[in-house]
Amino acid sequence: MTELLLARGVRKSFGKVEVLKGIDLTVHPGQVVCLLGPSGSGKSTFLRCVNHLERLDAGEIWVDGHLVGYRRAGGKKYEMRPREVADQRRDIGMVFQRFNLFPHLTALENVMEAPRHVLGRPREAVRQEALDLLRRVGLEERAGHYPAQLSGGQQQRVAIARALAMKPKLMLFDEPTSALDPELVGEVLDVMKDLAGAGMTMIVVTHEIGFAREVADHVVFMDDGLVVEAGPAAELIASPRHRRTQAFLAKVL
Amino acid sequence: MSAVEEHANEPIVPLRRPGRWAAAAVLAVLAAMAVSFVVTTPALRLDLVAGYLLERSIMRGLLLTIELTVLAMLVGVVLGTALAIMRLSDNPLLRWVAAAYVWLFRGTPILVQLLFWFFLGAVMPRISLGVPFGPEFFSVPVNVLITPFTAAILGLGLNEAAYMAEIVRAGIGSVDRGQREAAEALGMRPALVYRRVVLPQAARMIVPPTANETISMLKLTSLVLVIGLPDLLTSAQLIYGRNFQQIPLLIVASIWYLVLTTLLTFAQSKLERRLGRSDVHVGGHA
Repeated sequence: MTELLLARGVRKSFGKVEVLKGIDLTVHPGQVVCLLGPSGSGKSTFLRCVNHLERLDAGEIWVDGHLVGYRRAGGKKYEMRPREVADQRRDIGMVFQRFNLFPHLTALENVMEAPRHVLGRPREAVRQEALDLLRRVGLEERAGHYPAQLSGGQQQRVAIARALAMKPKLMLFDEPTSALDPELVGEVLDVMKDLAGAGMTMIVVTHEIGFAREVADHVVFMDDGLVVEAGPAAELIASPRHRRTQAFLAKVL
Repeated sequence: MSAVEEHANEPIVPLRRPGRWAAAAVLAVLAAMAVSFVVTTPALRLDLVAGYLLERSIMRGLLLTIELTVLAMLVGVVLGTALAIMRLSDNPLLRWVAAAYVWLFRGTPILVQLLFWFFLGAVMPRISLGVPFGPEFFSVPVNVLITPFTAAILGLGLNEAAYMAEIVRAGIGSVDRGQREAAEALGMRPALVYRRVVLPQAARMIVPPTANETISMLKLTSLVLVIGLPDLLTSAQLIYGRNFQQIPLLIVASIWYLVLTTLLTFAQSKLERRLGRSDVHVGGHA
């Protein structure tokens, strides 16, 4: 198959509340897909399903030809053991709204952590790559700083470098700029634009319509646990067909 | 406006605190009284205190107290951490076992537990490994395994584990959920998530109460008296049982407890500073 991500009929409930009511999505290699929609529409939950931080109630998600979190046998899908899920996640990078850098480690140590301890690669090689990644996000001179010594924008850039250190095939961004002061949003979006330009496949949950219009190939508008409308970024944002999309865009633009 | 500018340059006088001076004066008088009591009371027999401070059986008792404290805390921390992780696991059986353990060992007097392990041989003459009601692979008499020393380690250590389990559980609970998710998203397996991300951060919350427990254990070890082990306090008691110099020997024991507590407090603050080094903010980076 040519698609990198294929989601079919993804459903998820928290208690009695059905957050995802059957989501389909296809992402091809090199594509940047933005998920837009009002808060509570299920965008973040869907993103968390992609690397199995949430279990599915129904449907399936394939990433790079592997069924995420489950093993098919005899017409059923069996949930994988936590360590097997962990191994699947190596190829999927994730960036969180609240950065979630490891506060007890320096920026450099944060970036080195997974290649060193998940992949067990030699220290010196990992260190060089980590420094290169920090340079790529413009923070080489902050390598020895702890997260508490960095601004929000700097922390999020380190978090992106940390995810890239595993050389993922797919990057997930869960509202990466929502927790930032307005003047720090730009530096994070710039790093993401570079990444998109370098051909990284990305799924981005965001409220930055400008970013979606400029960088995304494909935009998916979600509301109330369903995909309302999806299409090429410029087209969908300029002339949304669905009433709910129009109403949402009118509010945020 | 011009009026404000006129007194903008007037000097600022800090608040005067006469109460501090009064309190200092009272404390100085009390301290002088204490010193005069110690120096002018011959019944304290400071000469005996000095003489017994390094006495052989006191030294042996001191060593035993240190050994018991270290080993019991080791058992307590390792088993307590395991219990805390069990308590937080997805497996309901493990959760239940850990909760039952804490309930049992926190709920019975430590003196009873010490005596129970000491007298284990009476209810259970042999320990054996095998199929229940079936064949045995391996069997030893309990009296060989359970010496007073091992009974003391079991009694103090297993009891401590129940308290440490709660301390570690609180520490793990204080680590933000997002930390675990970030570690999982990087492909870390569950054991690695704990070892590299959760426990190092929980450690900061765990160290102060654990130091507290260690200092408390130092003095709790004197309970081994009931199973006939001569720890520091018991050694002092054995001596004053012969020469009736209770106060000087109790002072000797107290001096050693204070020395050990001081060392532990020092180690605690060093450890806390080390674990807190990532706290430094912009300006003074490590």
